[in-house]
Amino acid sequence: MTIAEMNFPERMLYILQHYGGSLAKGAATTMAIAIICTLLGCVIGFAVGLIQTTEPHKKDGMLKRGFLKVVKVILTAYVEVFRGTPMMLQAAFIYYGMSQLFGINLGMWSAAILIVSINTGAYMAETVRGGILSVDPGQSEGARAIGMSHVQTMLYVVLPQALRNIMPQIGNNLIINIKDTCVLSIIGTVELFFTFKSISGALYTYFEAASVTMIIYFVLTFACSRILRRVEERMDGPSSFDLATTDTLAFTSGLASYNDRTGGTH
Amino acid sequence: MEEVLRVEHLMKTFGSNEVLRDIDFSVYKGDVISIIGSSGSGKSTLLRCINMLEDATGGRILYHGEDILDGSVNEDRYRTKVGMVFQTFNLFNNHTVLSNCMLGQLKVLHRSREEARQKSMEYLAKVGMEQYINAKPRQLSGGQKQRVAIARALAMDPEVLLFDEPTSALDPEMVGEVLDVMKILAGSGMTMLVVTHEMAFARDISKRVVYMADGRIEEEGPPEEIFGNPKSQRTRDFLSRFSG
Ligand SMILES: Nc1ncnc2c1ncn2[C@@H]1O[C@H](COP(=O)(O)OP(=O)(O)OP(=O)(O)O)[C@@H](O)[C@H]1O
Ligand SMILES: [Mg+2]
Repeated sequence: MTIAEMNFPERMLYILQHYGGSLAKGAATTMAIAIICTLLGCVIGFAVGLIQTTEPHKKDGMLKRGFLKVVKVILTAYVEVFRGTPMMLQAAFIYYGMSQLFGINLGMWSAAILIVSINTGAYMAETVRGGILSVDPGQSEGARAIGMSHVQTMLYVVLPQALRNIMPQIGNNLIINIKDTCVLSIIGTVELFFTFKSISGALYTYFEAASVTMIIYFVLTFACSRILRRVEERMDGPSSFDLATTDTLAFTSGLASYNDRTGGTH
Repeated sequence: MEEVLRVEHLMKTFGSNEVLRDIDFSVYKGDVISIIGSSGSGKSTLLRCINMLEDATGGRILYHGEDILDGSVNEDRYRTKVGMVFQTFNLFNNHTVLSNCMLGQLKVLHRSREEARQKSMEYLAKVGMEQYINAKPRQLSGGQKQRVAIARALAMDPEVLLFDEPTSALDPEMVGEVLDVMKILAGSGMTMLVVTHEMAFARDISKRVVYMADGRIEEEGPPEEIFGNPKSQRTRDFLSRFSG
């Protein structure tokens, strides 16, 4: 039976049988790029968001203030440009620009990761800034009032709460990245969408290939959103707590050491 | 008596708004001072200047004779010695009760985990919260949160504790449990500066009462004097609003 004689489910099955390997590889590439770039984007976003919410200390001199201001302007430009232009063009711009201007030929992976991370970072910067501002100022006053430095206050009190607040947006970014890596096909990255194009081009079965690929995309994004939901629940910790008994309190007299993680003695 | 803090000609303006105008007073070791006054008179601003959460715009604040405003004193070190308890508790929402009390000891005082834990437990027991070590702040009532906040401040072994209306955000039935803790603290010799609208606390517990109006100290003296025989008409007017 040739592919022209098959019906819709048969064609889908045919695609899976003959191109299952490429599809799996494409999906793996897509997921790898999406996850790595979301994480790197978070790192960039936290760094940028942190700098943008930093106010100069009252003892800082003119030089330090001026420096901070210049850095902030540059970061704002970065955020606005990379949020305000299509990622597909950014990919072409960076990929071809690097080779034409500097003679650097980025490999498929480095180009893909560089572009998506920088783009995600621009979005995350704004998200992180909002996340930091959403933490009650009383939290940092509470920390400052017991002598914690600005860095300690950020590290142990404000950022963990900001991270928790922006988890839904990080999840959003991951899902967007899973879908948007498809624009990397413009620079020849062999990810899921690229695989779809090859299959449909080879078999002329656009509808079936699209159906199969869409299902794969959906499974990936849906799984990610479920997993992230669980992560958020883990971060929130148990909704109830156990009253410590005299047993667990025994360590106060030095009889046992208290275990923070399990909440018991050992 | 040993002078711990001395405030001299303290000024604070927000833009053109003069909030503190020429504040002078001293805090001695073991003092329990209540600061009373109507809303907007600058009580919170005064405490926040003493804790360096706000920058005073003029005057001096001497801590054991050393001016903390001239830039030579390490702000963070100073704050471990002059602790603060807030109206809104400000417990760290991402930490458990025990961890709230341990964090500053570990990161600022560099105590060992063991020591920090022991200290935390000691003070949590003192405020009656030792059973709640595993709870997160959101799982506690207002009164419980404030007692933990007091334990957290005490665990840093401060020399002075500043309280900014510690019971104002509480439901009436929880005010008592926090005041009881403060009463015990006062009795144990802790040096305390308490902004309060609880006149019973000011009258019965404190050794001195400061009445503030329009950014100035209008009258200052022992509670018997301020409540029994106030010299200033403004003090009398203010207090008459509480007796009814
Ligand atoms: N950050 C700020 N910026 C501008 N003005 C401020 C700021 N903080 C306080 N003020 C002003 O300072 C004045 C005194 O405020 P403060 O909070 O010290 O009063 P208070 O005596 O504590 O009043 P309350 O009893 O209501 O707490 C008010 O007029 C207030 O508007
Ligand atoms: Mg106030």
